[in-house]
Amino acid sequence: MLRLFLAGLAILCACLTANAQEGGLQPILQEHQEIIAKSSRKTIGPAIDAIASSGLPQAQVMLETWAAKNVWMRKSDGLFFAGKKAEGRSYELADFDTGEIIGTFEKSDLKQLKPNSGIRAMIGTALVQFQLTDPDRAKRLAALTSIQRDPEGALLEPLRASIDGEPDADLKAQKQRLERLLTIGYDEDTAARVAAIEEMSDDLGVDVRAALNPLVVTRLQTAVDLPSDVNIAGVVQPGSDDLSGDTAYDLLVASDLAAPRVSADDIRAALAANINGGRVGGVPVAQLNSDAARAQAYAVLAEAGTVPALITQTDIDAALGAHVFFETYAEPSGEVTAAAEKALDQIELKVGLNQTLDLTLDAISLASIYFLAAIGLAITFGVMGVINMAHGEFIMMGAYTGYVVQQFIPDHTLSIIVAIPMAFAVTFAMGVAMERLVIRWLYSRPLETLLATFGISIALQQLAKNIFGTQARPLTAPGWLDGAWVLNDVVSISYIRIAIFVLAMIFLGLFLYIMKRTRLGLEMRAVTQNPRMAGSMGINPGRVNMLTFGLGSGIAGIAGVAIGLFAKVTSDLGSDYIVQSFMTVVVGGVGNIWGALAGAGMIGFLQKGIEWMNPSNTLAAQTYMIIFIIIFIQFRPRGIIALKGRAAGD
Amino acid sequence: MERSFVAKNPSVLVFLAILSLFTLGVTVLSEGFGIGVISTSFVKTLGKTLCLCLIAVAMDLVWGFTGILSLGHFAFFGLGGYMIGMWLMYERTRLIVVESLSQAEIPPTSSEVVDAIGTQIFGVVGSSEFPLIWAFSDSLFLQLVLVVLVPGLLALIFGWLAFRSRVTGVYLSILTQAMTLALALYLFQNDSGLRGNNGLSGLQNLPGVTVSQDVVSIWFLWASALALGLGYLLAAWVVSGKFGSVIRGIRDNEARVRFLGYSVEVYKLAVFTLTACIAAIAGALYYPQAGIINPEEMAPIASIYLAVWVAIGGRGRLYGAVIGAAFVSLLSTWFTGGQAPDIPLGFYTIKWVDWWQVLLGVSFVLVTLFAPQGIGGLFDLWTNRRAPQRHGAALGPDESALREKEATE
Amino acid sequence: MTSLKSTLAGSLVFAAMATAALSAEDTIKVGVLHSLSGTMAISETTLKDTMLMLIDQQNAKGGLLGKQLEAVVVDPASDWPLFAEKARELLTVHEVDVIFGNWTSVSRKSVLPVIEELNGLLFYPVQYEGEESSKNVFYTGAAPNQQAIPATDYFLEELGVEKFALLGTDYVYPRTTNNILESYLKGKGIADEDIFVNYTPFGHSDWSKIVADVVALGADGKKVGVISTINGDANIGFYKELAAAGVSADDIPVVAFSVGEEELSGLDTTNLVGHLAAWNYFQSADTDVNAEFVETWKATMGEDRVTNDPMEAHYIGFNMWVNAATEAGSTEVDDVRAAMYGQEFPNLTGGTAVMLPNHHLAKPVLIGEIQEDGQFDIISETDVVPGDAWTDFLPESAVLISDWKELGCGMYNTETKTCVQTLSNY
Repeated sequence: MLRLFLAGLAILCACLTANAQEGGLQPILQEHQEIIAKSSRKTIGPAIDAIASSGLPQAQVMLETWAAKNVWMRKSDGLFFAGKKAEGRSYELADFDTGEIIGTFEKSDLKQLKPNSGIRAMIGTALVQFQLTDPDRAKRLAALTSIQRDPEGALLEPLRASIDGEPDADLKAQKQRLERLLTIGYDEDTAARVAAIEEMSDDLGVDVRAALNPLVVTRLQTAVDLPSDVNIAGVVQPGSDDLSGDTAYDLLVASDLAAPRVSADDIRAALAANINGGRVGGVPVAQLNSDAARAQAYAVLAEAGTVPALITQTDIDAALGAHVFFETYAEPSGEVTAAAEKALDQIELKVGLNQTLDLTLDAISLASIYFLAAIGLAITFGVMGVINMAHGEFIMMGAYTGYVVQQFIPDHTLSIIVAIPMAFAVTFAMGVAMERLVIRWLYSRPLETLLATFGISIALQQLAKNIFGTQARPLTAPGWLDGAWVLNDVVSISYIRIAIFVLAMIFLGLFLYIMKRTRLGLEMRAVTQNPRMAGSMGINPGRVNMLTFGLGSGIAGIAGVAIGLFAKVTSDLGSDYIVQSFMTVVVGGVGNIWGALAGAGMIGFLQKGIEWMNPSNTLAAQTYMIIFIIIFIQFRPRGIIALKGRAAGD
Repeated sequence: MERSFVAKNPSVLVFLAILSLFTLGVTVLSEGFGIGVISTSFVKTLGKTLCLCLIAVAMDLVWGFTGILSLGHFAFFGLGGYMIGMWLMYERTRLIVVESLSQAEIPPTSSEVVDAIGTQIFGVVGSSEFPLIWAFSDSLFLQLVLVVLVPGLLALIFGWLAFRSRVTGVYLSILTQAMTLALALYLFQNDSGLRGNNGLSGLQNLPGVTVSQDVVSIWFLWASALALGLGYLLAAWVVSGKFGSVIRGIRDNEARVRFLGYSVEVYKLAVFTLTACIAAIAGALYYPQAGIINPEEMAPIASIYLAVWVAIGGRGRLYGAVIGAAFVSLLSTWFTGGQAPDIPLGFYTIKWVDWWQVLLGVSFVLVTLFAPQGIGGLFDLWTNRRAPQRHGAALGPDESALREKEATE
Repeated sequence: MTSLKSTLAGSLVFAAMATAALSAEDTIKVGVLHSLSGTMAISETTLKDTMLMLIDQQNAKGGLLGKQLEAVVVDPASDWPLFAEKARELLTVHEVDVIFGNWTSVSRKSVLPVIEELNGLLFYPVQYEGEESSKNVFYTGAAPNQQAIPATDYFLEELGVEKFALLGTDYVYPRTTNNILESYLKGKGIADEDIFVNYTPFGHSDWSKIVADVVALGADGKKVGVISTINGDANIGFYKELAAAGVSADDIPVVAFSVGEEELSGLDTTNLVGHLAAWNYFQSADTDVNAEFVETWKATMGEDRVTNDPMEAHYIGFNMWVNAATEAGSTEVDDVRAAMYGQEFPNLTGGTAVMLPNHHLAKPVLIGEIQEDGQFDIISETDVVPGDAWTDFLPESAVLISDWKELGCGMYNTETKTCVQTLSNY
């Protein structure tokens, strides 16, 4: 409907003003009053057509107002107006034709038109003709977006006409690109289409593939002989990998070229319908509880002609042999389909490469999240050998700190800048307190450290629930972290993930610096290797342990802010990461930051790899990953990067 | 030298006597067989608690006596429940299906019956095919064998892999935890064939049994008490002989035992597998009383709680494990059941539904720090039994327990 | 040890007896079986508060049958076996006349055998997957044909979606719903390869690859739509990733069945404007009775609290129960059930809900677009849809109907004209 109208529009555009309606827009709206009020995409077409083709200057404004959900109907007389919110529950209405304000009305006397996004898209398409040459850049952009969303053949001419007059270089490039895409699908000249296809064959855009793929859609058909008047993609043999014998026979049945098979249900129904004096075909009903007896009874019935005969494999083979199966293109032009196939092959290869790249980015991103979650643990567990089951709760506390800071500092950028050191301070203090009060008494009893810290973990989790509730809390990223870094339509990664990656790298650097270049690091390593010897060298092992544990906890707090930004802030946030974190450290190798990095990398890549192989079930990916890790540890019990010599201990 | 088993373990007799008295008492007070003072729902709670005590005994054997902190025994417990649940569901559904199909005009073939059962069981999760793992579910005997066989085999394979590569201490704990997590995640999937997140339900209705739950609950209480008694006897026997000395030796110093020529791996594997089987039997008795089993029951946290019970009760003594499991789980029921009175502080009212977990967590830290012997340690005060003076060695029950230096400080 | 154990057991027995003794005969007891702790407390505590509010209101009006109503609240703590235990306790120890409760399907399956054994009465207020009909349960939430099917129709007809991504959390409700939808879509001529299905664990947070997969679906030039049965917290990460990928509702609309006002309050919705949800109730419904309901709720619970669909389900269920008991002149389960059929009660969103003989409600279905303030703008309302226990879009259940009034059977095979079973399949 719309397409028809737009095709005519090109011819009519010269005499647009002559076509203008007497009496303005309201009569047109009233003519379609019912369907406009009903507001369904299926029926709204004529109304939008009529408004757009009215030739009235106010039509554009009216359509824009409508799409913005600002058109109201007065219930008393069914007239439509532009509405603006006034005092309380009342609205100020303005006439479309005169622009005059006709008064303020109560909401209860009005009905708001709420075009759904399907209708809004149609309105957008109708607006294209007005907006393509609009002086406002934003509106021209809106027009292009509309074309992109719903490419229509009729839009090709107006689009072409608007290219030359386009002042903005960006928009001009976009217009040219869209023109190429529309040419592929809708130009009448085959040569022009093939040329456009070839031109676009190195473009990765989803829209290019969206333009090309419909051209190569095929349909499986069957006939006695191969027809010559259609664009045939190829002949398929039944019984091959592409087409199983059963499917092929089903197709024959569906095309009325063969008799349908008799299923087990059919047999049962046929038998039940032919019970005669407690017997079917001579077999007593009570004996019909096996397939063999049923087949026997059915055969008797079939012989008597009461039921259709069973279809045997021989019948199926004969029917398949008598027919030819082939796939046809919907697109009649062979040249176009050939060019499209070739272009798609070319694109697919590039898409494949880019998908691998995208998957790699995803894997790196996941690895950096695991690394960030595990880096604090790499210090407390890896360096000190303390099992801290409450590590996840430190991550959670960091995230909640971020949330609380955001309640006081509404500016998101500033709040994050404040939240990071705050989270560090809170979890550092918590870590130091925990080390002093609990952990230091248990250095010689690692298994009990595990249980005691688990006790702390459940207490902290429940405390968080009591304070903040079980509802997830929002921790909103600053505006400049919204969106994604888009390389092309296949490869993109959100800024927040890049930020997490950067943060993880900063911590890696920081960790290395502290461990290798500062006095604290030296003391830490000394205390870890031999606390007594370190003590006799004038180092206070208690103090160093306390600071080390605090540092590890503090980093967990910062990781919490980052994780809260990209996922959710709930009281069980920590427990989601604790097992993964431990596995990261164990797989990587205890006591070595590079080990944690390698562990995180391996787990990240592994998980994404399994997800890629089985895209419909993410849960399975996690299961198989854990099983893999269990097996991996069998072969490298000390992790990827194992400490050698005396430092390995044990 | 040769003394009878009972003479060496007087506590076993005491325990069995108390257990019998308890069972008799509950029976007399129950709705099904007695005067009806104890409600059926509470009888079920008590029956389930006995099963938890049994798995706690298993946990004590593997942790308190052998020094392996397994965070995976609830996985075996759950697997046992699943195995018996499969038969309960299959048989119950089969009775319904046969009944309804017998009304049809044509008698059903056996494959039609199986299909109809499949539709009934898996229809709710959107499939109707019988997965392979249900192959034996039509036979009670085979499923009962599987109750022990499946968790036992899993423990055997896992333990063999882990002990062979000498994964010990906290590493082993984390590895067992990973195993539990993997198993729970696997069962969460619908594709696993065990109805995913919904699990197996309606298990309290025994197929073909028409008496009311008041009676069935008592049957299960008896069965659980019997299993606990036998399990306790078995565990006491295992730890009392030479075998017990070796595993205690492994707990206190694995390397030394190995140098003495014992095959440490075989001992550990034997204990690990045996306790997995005990856990599975406990699970197979627990879930028909609970009525439903689903993967959430096997989440790693359940196994950690198990360790908590044993630690609070007192490791290295079997009655300690039983006390711990019974005490903590019943207390937990009481607190979360809303029966514990709220404590008004004026500015804030402590509701135990909210604060019980905090109390549990904190008390756990306190027990670990100040009373590593757990509640069982109280008995030592009572019987005036103190830790023997063993100079120069760890005082047990494992390397994680008090060392001499700490004890004397 | 003995003393400890017996004191403990004794105190528990005493507690049980004490509560039993307290059950004076002059009140009618209403059981509330919602988790107040654990993972589901977030959703279910709201429903407990709703029930207490409704019971208070009824008592202020003079109670029921001349007696006051007394709420008995227990906490099954999001522990599924505990639901069965607590249900038994409610029915046998507290002797309640009716139970309002449950949220998850698994908790309902856990309670079913107990309710059926003891002939209790349960009102279940949440949208669910269907394929179940119990004589003792009234389902006041939406069946699949009252939420999923109309939303899919909306996608097909109003938005012109040609390719579907069915994303769900891996549990029974999404599994069954997606199964029904797949079968329905194929019936509508959507090809197999145009339906993408993915299941994720509870609380999933790493959505980048799945969102990228969904975007890539558009490569063959068909309009893509997402039908989300993602549950709970996982939605936060999903919508955040969707916003980060720059997917606008106009390009790839998402309709969710488990995202309501309550869930949106944990999110910044500026980037989600235009995405959809399908429910039987939205807080933004513009009627006087809803305005009053929202006002009372906020007055009781605080200004920042929102109302949602399961709350309305309890509102209707409770009032229908009160009316049915009044009509029957008794709170006996069998009498009340007989009086329930055909009960009518006005919806908060306008129109009237009717209780059908299959224990489901007939209600209109609403579709709302997410707005910046975290509320929904209702853009579509269907005619009244009668709830269907057994979906017509799966071959095995298409032949089944539920009719407790005439046939006295919840699983009646219309082909063989036999009742498959009278107890439900849990």
